[in-house]
Amino acid sequence: MTTWLLRRLIQAVFVVLVMTVIVFIGLHVIGDPIDILISPEADQAERARAVAALGLDQPLWKQYGLFLWGGLHGDLGRSFVFNEPALQLIGGRMPATMELAVTAVLLSVVIGIPLGLYAGLNPDSLLGRTTMAGSILGFSLPTFWVGLMLIMVFAVQLGWLPSTGRGETAELFGVQWSFLTRDGLAHMALPALNLSLGNIALVLRLTRAGVRENIHMDYVRFARAKGLSPARVVLVHVMKNILIPVVTIIGLEFGSTIAFSVVTESVFAWPGMGKLIIDSINVLDRPVIVAYLMIIVFLFITINLLVDLLYTVLDPRVRLENRQ
Amino acid sequence: MSAALDIPAPPKEETPFQRFAREFADSKLAVLGLVIVLLVAVLAIAAPWIAPQNPYDLAQLDIMDGRLPPGSVSADGLTFWLGTDDQGRDMLSGIIYGLRISLSVGVGSAVIAGVIGSALGLIAAYAGGKIETAIMRLVDLQLSFPSILVALMILAFLGKGVANVMLALVIVEWARYARTARSAALVERRREYIEAAECLALPRWRVLFRHLLPNCMPPLIVIGTIQIARAITLEATLSFLGLGVPITEPSLGLLIANGYQYMLSGKYWISFYPGIALLVTIVAINLVGDHLRDVLNPRLQR
Repeated sequence: MTTWLLRRLIQAVFVVLVMTVIVFIGLHVIGDPIDILISPEADQAERARAVAALGLDQPLWKQYGLFLWGGLHGDLGRSFVFNEPALQLIGGRMPATMELAVTAVLLSVVIGIPLGLYAGLNPDSLLGRTTMAGSILGFSLPTFWVGLMLIMVFAVQLGWLPSTGRGETAELFGVQWSFLTRDGLAHMALPALNLSLGNIALVLRLTRAGVRENIHMDYVRFARAKGLSPARVVLVHVMKNILIPVVTIIGLEFGSTIAFSVVTESVFAWPGMGKLIIDSINVLDRPVIVAYLMIIVFLFITINLLVDLLYTVLDPRVRLENRQ
Repeated sequence: MSAALDIPAPPKEETPFQRFAREFADSKLAVLGLVIVLLVAVLAIAAPWIAPQNPYDLAQLDIMDGRLPPGSVSADGLTFWLGTDDQGRDMLSGIIYGLRISLSVGVGSAVIAGVIGSALGLIAAYAGGKIETAIMRLVDLQLSFPSILVALMILAFLGKGVANVMLALVIVEWARYARTARSAALVERRREYIEAAECLALPRWRVLFRHLLPNCMPPLIVIGTIQIARAITLEATLSFLGLGVPITEPSLGLLIANGYQYMLSGKYWISFYPGIALLVTIVAINLVGDHLRDVLNPRLQR
């Protein structure tokens, strides 16, 4: 277990390094770093000073070292637009994205698992078939289009829910959160639903497939023979076996949910880091772009590592395989 | 007694293609999808002859016709069946031209990615060893990041433009082809015909591309169909975010983005109809791809 963990950690660090190289190459070889890192308004003297300060007159490998060193010390440059350290800027927007992503994942569990259970237990019923057909739409419809339709129906036509912004926020642990106020929750409803649609479809299908597979197993027959109620058989015995793949996928999808919040945040003008990165790309605020990419790569690799760990904790069979 | 004996006619030998066509026609939904896909393709290819108006010819546009609801008639007697956008462009024409760009970007990138990815997958399976490990590690790394993130990263460095979007889509897509081609080739390369080809001392590339590749095609065709739909969706998403195609070559995604600001004031058609066109295209391609998977799956063949 320890060797395995160690090997996974080394692998993760290696991937982070590879990604820094890719971002570095993207920044310094494909694009012109002077244009990228120095504000276009800078005059000649400022420019020369900045070139020296950033080490752009150094050989490439040395520059990469400087870039890495800066990254390790939390210094990835200052935003041209906000004149704030890029990392700090993104960190300030992170809670908004996180609460949206977490709500979306929660929604996908709360809606996806019951629907999947129902569709798995009654595959030929009308509702069962409709959910399956609907889940295909959940996969294939573009997120931004669904978001627009949600706005059109619930905000414009019916006028039930607000369509843009975070609404009223309340403070907890020194950070502003929307989910603590009624108004904030109303603002979060549409974007969270929009972000969760793909995940709902995924969880639903996984749950359904799991039910269909497990319901004919011997342990289910045995539990029934013992005289357990059908509800207990499904909710305790079958559920335990279904939840392993579902938890894994939810964990892995958490990363994509954060990445795809770029789209949802732009549609609903949700002031998170996804909206920030799109705005930054549009005004070429490159330090922010680089910082965002590094943060999200780091997040991703951490999430994957945690999911792997969780998997071994949840499923003893995986642990046994690793020991061999 | 000279009554003719009732000898049944010998069953006609079915060519593989006929069998494929018959099995494909089993699903009415898939046939409908195919019809829609063909229709959309014809619309896209023949856009300049079909569209009522050339939406990029400024001489044909009249700003006074701006934001007219569907069914309005312009001063020149042209009926705007789907309304007009803020520039007075006929939305129907805009959509037909938009389809042209969306489809060519989607199909083009899927084909290029398919060629690169399948070749690398085949080479990985056939060569084995370090080459295989290197290629498949790259595939794993690529697939562990969501498509939108990889595309954002590339466009952030390279900037907008049709060529850059296609490059981004190719980089996002190739890995799936590589994985599929490798798994198909791993099964096929142990077959006797490959051994026979190798015994004939045919050159390696010939064994790879003339013998191995054709037998790996079915799963690649299925992946290719689905990937076209994914490419079109991703392109639309990127263009909607303002990172995709430039304003001079608006795809469906950009048309939707342009209408977005008018949606809140109830002028739904500028966004709504391009969206419907995008939706119908994507769903139709997915229907075809889904059924192709069933028809081409050897495990399900009777």
